[in-house]
Amino acid sequence: MIDEQRIVKVGMAELNIITGQGLIRTTGLGSCVGLTLFDPLSKVAGLAHVMLPSSDIAREGVLNIAKYADTAVPALLEQLLSIGAAKSRIVAKMAGGSQMFSFAGTGDSMRIGPRNVESCKMKLSDLGIPLLAEDTGGNYGRTIELNCESGILYIRSVQKGVKEL
Amino acid sequence: MVNLFEGMEDFKMDVLKEVGNIGAGNAATALSRILDKPIDMAVPKVQMLPFEAITDRVGGAENIVLAVFFRVEGDAPGNLFFILSPDAAKNLLHRLAGLEVESGEEFSEMEWSALSEIGNILAGSYLSSLADFTSLSMIPTVPALAMDMAGAILGYGLLQFGEMGDSALVIDTTFIEGNHEVEGQFFLIPDPDSFRKIFIALGVPMNHD
Repeated sequence: MIDEQRIVKVGMAELNIITGQGLIRTTGLGSCVGLTLFDPLSKVAGLAHVMLPSSDIAREGVLNIAKYADTAVPALLEQLLSIGAAKSRIVAKMAGGSQMFSFAGTGDSMRIGPRNVESCKMKLSDLGIPLLAEDTGGNYGRTIELNCESGILYIRSVQKGVKEL
Repeated sequence: MVNLFEGMEDFKMDVLKEVGNIGAGNAATALSRILDKPIDMAVPKVQMLPFEAITDRVGGAENIVLAVFFRVEGDAPGNLFFILSPDAAKNLLHRLAGLEVESGEEFSEMEWSALSEIGNILAGSYLSSLADFTSLSMIPTVPALAMDMAGAILGYGLLQFGEMGDSALVIDTTFIEGNHEVEGQFFLIPDPDSFRKIFIALGVPMNHD
């Protein structure tokens, strides 16, 4: 008998964590970035579906920290630490940040994917978390899944099939 | 954003429904001329929806859709999507005279460019009727075509709302060809700041703030 694999779903502009066994996934990343943190020893993993690079531009009343790269990365780290991860062991992987549409005129919002990627990287380096692997850029959508036991990140896209990081 | 819809909420939503009706109605007429077939249109759905619920409207974040995307520039900027299933897109191409359609999942360069041109015509009629109705200028950028996961595509149209909250106001209109062989959706997502302009242009009384 095969147990149904436990899957934690993370929606757009959300973050969540998982411990023990199972997968944490987010679907349909375009210009958004799926940032994952993982502690291989305590088997805790977290995923944030980051939509925008910086909370400086936020005009919302109550800030959704999961939505912005600069607030999501520290918040995810804090959640992992609170359930037993050790900061020194935490490693990051990420995917997404594509440019779904290319126009002749490239305004700021056109480059939002690359900017999300840059902002996540900057925050990771501020926090001293190594980025082990990434699959970013391009002009296509991605669905990603992190295995909480192995730390392998599975990336699925329409054109390229499944890729492992 | 909250302020904008405070008071007379139903009335404002009805105004936006009318915006969808007029825009998509004209686009449906244009499509019906291209195909020489009657095209029906559903009553537009206008709702403030959480991001996740928006992708559910087109079959979920992972569902593969074909989308023609336009950034709308001018007095009331926003994002306009014309969305079809890949099958519906093939059926639409079949209906076009003089175009040999290849079967299978892939789209040839010719088919791709035909879809982009159809999208262009439809978006043009959608926006020009809105511009006439509101006396606001609304100019589409060149069409950008993509076939990919709905979440990845629509996410792009939600960025402006992302700065304001976790939901967006979408004017969603479905149109259906008589035999249900071609079915598609228009999604108009005006930028948050554009609503005020649209309301004022249409004579909806606004609070001074």
